[in-house]
Amino acid sequence: MMETPYILSAKGITKTFPGVQALENVDFSLKRGEVHALMGENGAGKSTLIKCLTGVEQPDKGTIEFDGAAVVVHSPQHAQEIGIATVYQEVNLCTNISVAENVMLGHEPKGVLGNISWKKMNEQAAQSLSKLGVAIDVTKPLGIYSVAIQQMVAITRALEFQSAKVLILDEPTSSLDAHETKQLFDVMRKLKSEGIGIVFITHFLDQVYEVTDRITVLRNGRYVGTFETSSLPRVKLIANMLGRSVSDLDDLSRSKQKVTKVEAGQAVLETKEMGKANYLEPTDLCLQKNEVVGLAGLLGSGRTELANLIFGIETPDTGELLINGKKVTSFSPLDSLKNGIALCPEDRKAAGIVGDLTIRENIILALQARYGWFKFIPLQKQYEIADRYIKLLGIVTPSPDQLTKNLSGGNQQKVILARWLATDPQVLILDEPTRGIDVGAKTEIQKLVLDLAGQGKSCIFISSELEEVLRCSHRVMVLRDHKLVAEFGEEVDDQTIMHTMAGDL
Amino acid sequence: MKKSNLFDKFRHSRLFWPLMALTILLIFDAFYAPSFFKIGVLNGHLYGNLIDVLNDGAPLAIVAIGMTLVIATGGVDLSVGAVIAISAAMGAVLINPALGNQLITNDILTADRTNTPLGLIVLADIAAGTLCGLWNGLLVSRVRIQPMVATLILMVAGRGIAQLITNGQIMTIYYTPYFWFGNGFILGLPVSIYIVALVFVIAWLLVRKTSIGLFIESVGINSRSTHYSGISEKNVKLFAYTFCGFCGSIAGLILSSYVHSCDANNIGLAYELDAILSVVIGGTLMAGGRFSMASSILGAMIIWTFTLTMYTIGIPANTLLAAKAVLVMVVILLYSDQVRGLINRLGTKKGGSNVESN
Repeated sequence: MMETPYILSAKGITKTFPGVQALENVDFSLKRGEVHALMGENGAGKSTLIKCLTGVEQPDKGTIEFDGAAVVVHSPQHAQEIGIATVYQEVNLCTNISVAENVMLGHEPKGVLGNISWKKMNEQAAQSLSKLGVAIDVTKPLGIYSVAIQQMVAITRALEFQSAKVLILDEPTSSLDAHETKQLFDVMRKLKSEGIGIVFITHFLDQVYEVTDRITVLRNGRYVGTFETSSLPRVKLIANMLGRSVSDLDDLSRSKQKVTKVEAGQAVLETKEMGKANYLEPTDLCLQKNEVVGLAGLLGSGRTELANLIFGIETPDTGELLINGKKVTSFSPLDSLKNGIALCPEDRKAAGIVGDLTIRENIILALQARYGWFKFIPLQKQYEIADRYIKLLGIVTPSPDQLTKNLSGGNQQKVILARWLATDPQVLILDEPTRGIDVGAKTEIQKLVLDLAGQGKSCIFISSELEEVLRCSHRVMVLRDHKLVAEFGEEVDDQTIMHTMAGDL
Repeated sequence: MKKSNLFDKFRHSRLFWPLMALTILLIFDAFYAPSFFKIGVLNGHLYGNLIDVLNDGAPLAIVAIGMTLVIATGGVDLSVGAVIAISAAMGAVLINPALGNQLITNDILTADRTNTPLGLIVLADIAAGTLCGLWNGLLVSRVRIQPMVATLILMVAGRGIAQLITNGQIMTIYYTPYFWFGNGFILGLPVSIYIVALVFVIAWLLVRKTSIGLFIESVGINSRSTHYSGISEKNVKLFAYTFCGFCGSIAGLILSSYVHSCDANNIGLAYELDAILSVVIGGTLMAGGRFSMASSILGAMIIWTFTLTMYTIGIPANTLLAAKAVLVMVVILLYSDQVRGLINRLGTKKGGSNVESN
């Protein structure tokens, strides 16, 4: 039989959900030994395509060829049997049992009496893991290891027992720090050299350019094209994903200059040695009118902790917080709300939106909280406010009465922004406002931050994406190990910040 | 076209399914117990099974209103039965002129008079129940005990407290003005129906004409997001439990007035479970969130219509619980998404041209 260079190829995949054309005539082909990025905004059809390839959904039309032969993938189990393994963002392993058990589950080596041979099991598991360059104690419970290690274990399991020829990684890096990501990439390169085809889905452009060979772009359920990574400039990739021309994207970098200069004067918000034991070391931060201060640092470096202390989610036990020069004495979200501070929290689903309430109700929630129980905003006024912000922020929805949980991630984030903007805050704290949302919405949110600063508001901008922090902020403060370690002006470059974050400068 | 839109709107409203269930029950009655619909006039008062449903179901309907709010915050109140006993005991003791260890003689008890003004008796009833609710609310919102455990405390202790109040005796009440709440009539209809209406209007104004209703739903859906939005989810919960206690006290007032006595061990027995059932039949999710008090009242009416129907067609009282279980199952099946999908599909097939045209 003639060997094609393609291990997996899908042609003309079409999938319709009630009311939505999720995929329309999409082609996708994966070579042996390549890392292939699947790119697109939220709702472009990436997940649906993956689901069709792994048997979670059946395509309405189209053919899938695997290893040179046409196949119909009936179910996820079937996909695994023929050699298509998928590792999802949320690792689906058992964190309470040992690493070895996780790797070997269902394939435990037996001893003479038919009992499980723990010794053999641990040896085999350690050996399989070491193939990926992971050397850990396999007898410890999986839960004590980082998410990166857990993902490696999931990959090991997929490769070892499902003899996978195709590995699909669905946003594996969104919760990994830089070091862990590097570890994962090393593994990916190793697998690639063994001839395994890898599909890589991510929102991080840097990573796409670091590790992938080819890129397939989807937009609104349609196939845009497949490109060699090395010959596709970033702006072109983004332009393809957005369906916009390149010049549109330049606007953002220019808009920063439009922002009025920050005048030194009365600080809007100031922390003096504010901290909390085992939470955040005493920290000084000063925020002027019109200013955007970026907080950079790894996950768990203390950036979210600082935001929580300022907003009153946690109460500081040392130092003080001054707002417009006045000392804050009681800490709670309601007090912050009254003091004109707003926080868009990091975890949008758990701490941000109220999914089963409508967009209108979500938008007026904080404003209503400030008015209290008995000063109810009349319904008509509620609609006015909701309509105003839906228009202002470009929230895509047929009506303000739509349930918020039905919106895409980017639109949900805008609803939370709207909730706080409706209270007319002077200080807006944005904790990872662009995480997991598509490039278009990202750009809009960054623009909005700059506009707000231009209108006399102040922002604290927290993000894992340095590029974005640099683009939006007048000053960047770097945190490491629950401590503020450095402060930079506008002219700093991402290399310097990265090294400061890592602590090797 | 407009007509079908109105129907669609109705079909998706919260009242639709409880009304459906009630209609089915009444249709059943029309065939098997036609006497159910007879309404007569006696001494200028209406009487008949339908009136009985409203009258007998009134205490449950009132408790269901309070329970709806508690469940909407994601909690549950198991103590309402005990709260009913406490407030009834309070009333009975205040009416009885001989308190404490004094020997209660028959002529004191049957004197049909009391040393306490009626207004004060009612107020003490309500205060006792509301205080119980406040206690539950404090345990849940401030001490952060799980609602089921927190209210279990009062569920167990409450009847003991009620017995302490009544000195461990079943107290018969001989005071005619007090009987009005459970037995009186206004314009031919039982007073209890007006009390249900009054409590509902109070609850509705308090919840829907202020932001409390929105906050309750928000807390029930996502209490953390609600907290982050500057809403004190503690106070919202405190309110819900306190109001539930208030509702329990009104139910206690009506029940003790209705039976002319207070038996601390048996008055309002299992009301908490029937109230939860009413709320569930009304379509409010046990997980919390969106709620409808009117639907819960309908739920209470369904339970009582069913109970009286069973009596009318001659099901023995001791097997009633088994029959009730069947009702619960049917209703819960009606709420299951799968079954609804099936019904909707059948409906669409028959309706033919029910295709979206945008």
